[in-house]
Amino acid sequence: MKTEALIGALTADAAANKPRRLTGAFWTAVAVGTLCAAAAFALTIGPRSDVLTAVGSVRYVFKFVVTIALAIGAAAFLRRLTRPAATSGAGALALWAAPILLALGVGVELMVIPSAEWPARVIGYNALLCMAMIPLLAALPLGALLWALRGAAPASPAAMGAIAGVLAAAIAATFYAAHCRDDSPLFVAVWYPIGVAIVTTAGAALGARLLRW
Amino acid sequence: MRHQERDWASWMKAAHAGDAASYRLLLEALTPFLRAVVRRRGASLGLDAADVEDVVQETLLAIHLKRGSWDPRQPVGPWVAAIARNKVIDAMRRRGRRINVPIEDFLETLPAPEPEGELSSREAERLIDVLKGRQHEVVKSITIDGEDIRGTAERLQMSEGAVRVALHRGLAALSAAYRSFRE
Repeated sequence: MKTEALIGALTADAAANKPRRLTGAFWTAVAVGTLCAAAAFALTIGPRSDVLTAVGSVRYVFKFVVTIALAIGAAAFLRRLTRPAATSGAGALALWAAPILLALGVGVELMVIPSAEWPARVIGYNALLCMAMIPLLAALPLGALLWALRGAAPASPAAMGAIAGVLAAAIAATFYAAHCRDDSPLFVAVWYPIGVAIVTTAGAALGARLLRW
Repeated sequence: MRHQERDWASWMKAAHAGDAASYRLLLEALTPFLRAVVRRRGASLGLDAADVEDVVQETLLAIHLKRGSWDPRQPVGPWVAAIARNKVIDAMRRRGRRINVPIEDFLETLPAPEPEGELSSREAERLIDVLKGRQHEVVKSITIDGEDIRGTAERLQMSEGAVRVALHRGLAALSAAYRSFRE
């Protein structure tokens, strides 16, 4: 095959088909994925009944600070991965904001709560639901993200899939946190990461298959 | 280098807006650049001219299919280099070697002088034969026989729209064939 002829074929195809812009597709997927997770959340567990009083509690609000920081960090890093040649922008460092915040929260909690209460705070009321709901609520956002990222040219499809998993899990965890009665950073630090890890692993496995090019 | 980047970026922007002539200019300008990169990386592997051309063509195809991932705020050169780097690594893996390829090699390579005569690849024709039915006929007609859309439509007695659809799907299938070929 002559390269000149291939270029002719590519030009003919470009004239008939406009490319799907990755940036637009990515943010559409974030929005659609978040809406899907919101709908799934509202139709299943929903926010806790005392949500109006809970928003006055520092521990309750802090859960959202952590999960939203994780979502923003993952989105920034994912955008970075879609621009392999970028010389500026958030690197993997952005992902560390949420774990650092959570570690600080744990530190404060350990200082203000007597050690006799620590085990009860860690175990909480419903750790199993937490581990199950984060992956379940993350499924649709992860699907939307992987769909959008098919247009990307990642050096490592598995790594890109894994970070998409972190973002999807962070979106899911933000909704789940509105339901969960366990507000202690000790609970969040033990059980939320398990749910996030499950989605991250699934994202890596799916990414390795679906994002190859 | 800067001058070249300005041309590439303006052609790419025009191409995204649907200007096919600019797109052709861009691909034609990128080809010698890619050829030089692949030739230099491939020298140690004993790639001959047809092997080099195979990798160049696979890279052009990848650039085409992934062109939506170019962000207008980013320069074209490093974006192309990142795609080329991945394709060169794929080609090397195909030959059973693991080699670390620094991206700097791609950014600093200057286009090689064009060799005399037309360059052809070897693997690509075999891969096109993997395609089926109308996709096979259309892709073969346009990429190997060098016909245009209208000529292909007349010869195969298809509508031009159907030829365009078959070409579009066929190019994606060709890229998938490269992928399965390397595994």
